[in-house]
Amino acid sequence: MRPSAARLLNILVPVKRTIDYAVKIRVNPDQKGVDLNNPFDEIAVEEAVRLREKLKDQVKSIKVVTIGPPKSIDTLRTALAMGADSGVHVEIPDSAPSPEPLGIAKALRAVIERQKEGVDLVILGKQAIDDDSSQTGQMLAGLLDWPQATFASKLVVDAAKKEANVTREIDGGLEELKCRLPLIVTTDLRLNEPRYASLPNIMKAKKKPIEKLSASDLGVDLTPRVETLKVTEPPKRVGGGKVENVDELIAKLKEAGITAVKA
Amino acid sequence: MFRSAAAPALRASRALSSRTALRTSMALRAMSSTSQAPLRSLDAFTDEEQMLRETVVKFGEDVVAPRVREMDENEMMDPEVIQGLFDTGLMGIETSEELGGAGFGFTSAIIAIEELAKFDPSVSVMCDVHNTLVNTVIRKYGTQEQKEKYLPKLATSELGSFCLSEPASGSDAFALQTRAKKDGNSWVLNGSKMWITNSYEANVFLIFANVDPSKGYKGITCFIAEKDMGIQIAKKEQKLGIRASSTCTLNFDDLKIPEENVIGEVGKGYKIAIEILNEGRIGIAAQMLGLAQGAFDKAVPYTYQRSQFGQPVGTFQGMAFQIAQAAIDIESARLLTYNAARRKEEGLDFTKEAAMAKYTASVVAQKVSGQAIEWAGGVGFTRETGIEKYWRDSKIGAIYEGTSNIQLQTIAKFIQKQYS
Repeated sequence: MRPSAARLLNILVPVKRTIDYAVKIRVNPDQKGVDLNNPFDEIAVEEAVRLREKLKDQVKSIKVVTIGPPKSIDTLRTALAMGADSGVHVEIPDSAPSPEPLGIAKALRAVIERQKEGVDLVILGKQAIDDDSSQTGQMLAGLLDWPQATFASKLVVDAAKKEANVTREIDGGLEELKCRLPLIVTTDLRLNEPRYASLPNIMKAKKKPIEKLSASDLGVDLTPRVETLKVTEPPKRVGGGKVENVDELIAKLKEAGITAVKA
Repeated sequence: MFRSAAAPALRASRALSSRTALRTSMALRAMSSTSQAPLRSLDAFTDEEQMLRETVVKFGEDVVAPRVREMDENEMMDPEVIQGLFDTGLMGIETSEELGGAGFGFTSAIIAIEELAKFDPSVSVMCDVHNTLVNTVIRKYGTQEQKEKYLPKLATSELGSFCLSEPASGSDAFALQTRAKKDGNSWVLNGSKMWITNSYEANVFLIFANVDPSKGYKGITCFIAEKDMGIQIAKKEQKLGIRASSTCTLNFDDLKIPEENVIGEVGKGYKIAIEILNEGRIGIAAQMLGLAQGAFDKAVPYTYQRSQFGQPVGTFQGMAFQIAQAAIDIESARLLTYNAARRKEEGLDFTKEAAMAKYTASVVAQKVSGQAIEWAGGVGFTRETGIEKYWRDSKIGAIYEGTSNIQLQTIAKFIQKQYS
């Protein structure tokens, strides 16, 4: 019989409630269709739940944390219904400006340092669909001085050895990393397909604890440091034209000054 | 008109329960700040109900939507959809958690039925019959043994069917002719049922049969049977709409059912039938409501994209007025449906409200789905876009679980009692 693992895994999954301005399709009767949970964060929660399904008792806890206004608690509830054990809501007032990645990373560091049993793995979405920053995971790793494996498309964890193999999607293809825990992982689209919360799990989620904290509890200043000066639309596309055949296409390209063809 | 001297006396002499109710509720509102929870608008839902709605929407988008057309063309429910309903917990919505269900309330079931219908009214009715008729009968009238035996498997893997109608008895349900004769420790059933939803795929059947025709409807008894006891599934109907929902004739030829499979009391089955169909009515209202909303949601965005004579057709005043009217109709049906559901949850009388909801929703469903086709023009008439399917599916709303005339009769009876 294997001796029990020296250390059980405590997984932390930060999640963000985002607004997707591109969503027009889903029409909700109460017209609230545009607020969503960040899809990459859902993938992160799903990955944590799948790790537990694979490693079973070796995963001791899955905690989800969100930093946001009162409404953000819905994001936690969805994550709890997907299988997380408990949540932390760092509540900021509705009137407060949206925190930036560095502020979030500092807050997450503070949350991690508060965990008496420590945190072995932090899985975050690679970016949020509202600002597309893709900074929080990397900054958190820097602040904690932990290794990071970003844009993960595959994650295999060996709890006993406290190691993980991460496959990353990079421009040139796939990169495989072997990392030691504790580790920061950010999720890419192809990591998994998140489950939807089944009805019994939604009910069970009601009983799961959510700890409420404020930024001052964590000793963190969430004031933004970046000021948006201007937002402009990309220049309008000038209409193209249709051509009848290849010869006409070549003629039009020549007209536009594109002549060189490499043999 | 109403300020004449006679009027107050007239008003006072008419003990209108609706007016009393209004006075009472106004008095309650005055006291509400100290004595009870604030009264909320009719479209207020709990967090769990919201989450349930979102789960059903996701399920609809991922599992149902890609299969709707094929299921309709083939007149067959895809087993993946049925399995998905079970896996998501949608087949035991009100069943307790200890018995494998999700432990939600009645309004939650209504929400699920509405949302499913936006994608496919066939899938919605499967979920509706299974939850509001089959599960509820066992939960309300079953013994502890029966609940423990059937509710878990109904919640997780086996489909249920509700068998009341026969070739010669629909609205006149109590004229049913299926006979049950006692034989030792069993009941032996002979007869036929017709128009039975879910019957092709079901494994658990609630069957209403008469044990003593001389007693008239007071011999009607509710039995629970399993397919392998010998239930014969005969003709599957080819229908105008909800084609993926199986509708079959069932034959019982000396079907032997153990005596412990009587639900409630012998001879009291008629009560079960009446009471359960009252609730089931709200489920159908929800299905028709979702249907209307689904058709509306498909057609209206198109009208803002399709341009003729230099503008989107939806912005012409004539069209805009029709669209606005349809939205009003849907909202009316919605409020009737959810109010009836909440009344039931609160333990109030809801029979009249349920009848009003079902009647209205079925009328609205047919009207709005028909308009949706017209708004989309030729494209609405082709099967490819799925808009015409809502119109075909809507017709059954005025027929099953109590025809529109029966609903009107029910409502009229209430009014007569109240006002005379």
